[in-house]
Amino acid sequence: MAPIIKTEQLTHIYSKGTPFEHLALDAVDFSAERGEFLGIIGQTGSGKSTLIQHLNGLLKPDSGRVLFEGQDIWQSKVFNNSVRFKVGLVFQYPEYQLFEETVFKDISFGPKNMGLKPAEIEERVYEAADFVGLGEDILKKSPFDLSGGERRRAAIAGVIAMRPEVLILDEPTAGLDPFGRMNLMKNIRNYHEKNGATVILVTHNMEEIAREADRMIVLSDGRISLSGTPEEIFARAEQLESMRLEVPDITKVFLELRRLGVNVPRSVYTIEQAKKAILNREGGSLFA
Amino acid sequence: MDDTIIRTENLHHSYAASEDELEIEVLHGIDLHVKQGSFVGILGHNGSGKSTLAKHFNAVLLPDVGKVWVSGMDTSSEENTLDIRRTVGMVFQNPDNQIVANVVEEDVAFAPENLGYPTEEIRKRVDDALKAVDMYDMRTHAPHLLSGGQKQRIAIAGVIAMRPRCIVLDEPTAMLDPYGRREVIETIRVLNKVFGITVILITHHMGEVTRADRVIVMDEGRVYMDGTPAEIFSQVEKLRSVHLDAPPTVALLYELRKEGLNVPLDALEPEDCAAVIGALIKHKA
Repeated sequence: MAPIIKTEQLTHIYSKGTPFEHLALDAVDFSAERGEFLGIIGQTGSGKSTLIQHLNGLLKPDSGRVLFEGQDIWQSKVFNNSVRFKVGLVFQYPEYQLFEETVFKDISFGPKNMGLKPAEIEERVYEAADFVGLGEDILKKSPFDLSGGERRRAAIAGVIAMRPEVLILDEPTAGLDPFGRMNLMKNIRNYHEKNGATVILVTHNMEEIAREADRMIVLSDGRISLSGTPEEIFARAEQLESMRLEVPDITKVFLELRRLGVNVPRSVYTIEQAKKAILNREGGSLFA
Repeated sequence: MDDTIIRTENLHHSYAASEDELEIEVLHGIDLHVKQGSFVGILGHNGSGKSTLAKHFNAVLLPDVGKVWVSGMDTSSEENTLDIRRTVGMVFQNPDNQIVANVVEEDVAFAPENLGYPTEEIRKRVDDALKAVDMYDMRTHAPHLLSGGQKQRIAIAGVIAMRPRCIVLDEPTAMLDPYGRREVIETIRVLNKVFGITVILITHHMGEVTRADRVIVMDEGRVYMDGTPAEIFSQVEKLRSVHLDAPPTVALLYELRKEGLNVPLDALEPEDCAAVIGALIKHKA
């Protein structure tokens, strides 16, 4: 089955022809399967934001192609526009994008641009607000009267209201407290499961990727340097650290255990896995 | 002489949520003493009042009820404001919002220049500040071309140039990648341990305050917990009840305890946590 979205030898150069010329993406072959939950990690400046802005046609390739369901997204203006609604992109700190008089109007912006009828727009707004956990009473308020967390959720609802088949989120939990992070990730997981949507999560939070992602890619200097399951990626702690990235704290605990001579699996990265590994350790039960 | 650098007494603060709404009180009578030279972490869910509290520490906000003293100076007296701002500097979340110049050393010189210090004095303060944050080699670079972590270190240097006794940092690493976060936290640690500057760090990243002297947890405008990192982070259920969480290391030990294993909950660092679990496994083997 063809990937829902992929890039072929995608290259992007900022400030071409000037002294500040910078090769942000270097012939990148990226792909995401329909319905998968994909995590992207990489140091600041590795090309993450550039890559995701190509996936919904906000940026144009300097060379290479971007394909949605096998078709070049730059083949025609019409197709290019349609991709904007099928691939929803939530930027970092999306609450800065809110602009309308009411939350309802702000969330309906996308569906309105899709040419939907008022009844359908209304349905989508309520559905999207429900997905992100915003009560109906919030909808008639001004976005600027909401708390930071509510504004964040309103902005994400604005993208979800378009029912994108691919939902891309750039550090959606940045700046939220642990409870807010947990809730938002639950909502994203909900959207993923309910709609079979493909979710691409760019994050610095290793614990989040460990919990949610089916597959991960690591970007470094404009190239994909690693790709695999979280288990495979987090097993390569030294390599990640040399790329100025980290492994989840639980993985650090287990690496240290191995260093102390305790025979435990290397690729443990969630608390649940850690608990099982410790309690079911080969060589005897801890309750002997 | 009293070594309290910041003291609050029955501190209340309110603000109006929107034009036509009544005032909402966000701090309900905070009593706090911060010791000079200490490293204090402040945690709390969004909306708990921690940023509001921090802004009282250098008179950005003034109390509606109660008092705040910085180095013995009452923050509500306008004649003290300049001295207070020289004593306590603040660093905020967004590095880009704190940079004002095109050249790193000019940005760091901003405050001393505005205070009219002589040129040699400014030069010395800028150099000292940049060395303290390990950015001296980049002093002639353009700030906007630096990484997030480097920009935040410049922002910190700009505060250090005032030679404050205390720095308050409000989620300074929220917008940084893991490496940038490490750089900034290490810089703060050096400022505290080597230069003796009081550090008050507001954060959602538990790992940043596991080595602090003291951790304060705020909830709904009140101080809810106050103690050493070991004391605070081992109270897993209490943290979860105020929308926080224990660090993953403690959360793991807590799960093991629930299974009947006798493990301490105060092994916060991964190495310490591993040592505890390793000892447990070897003991039973």
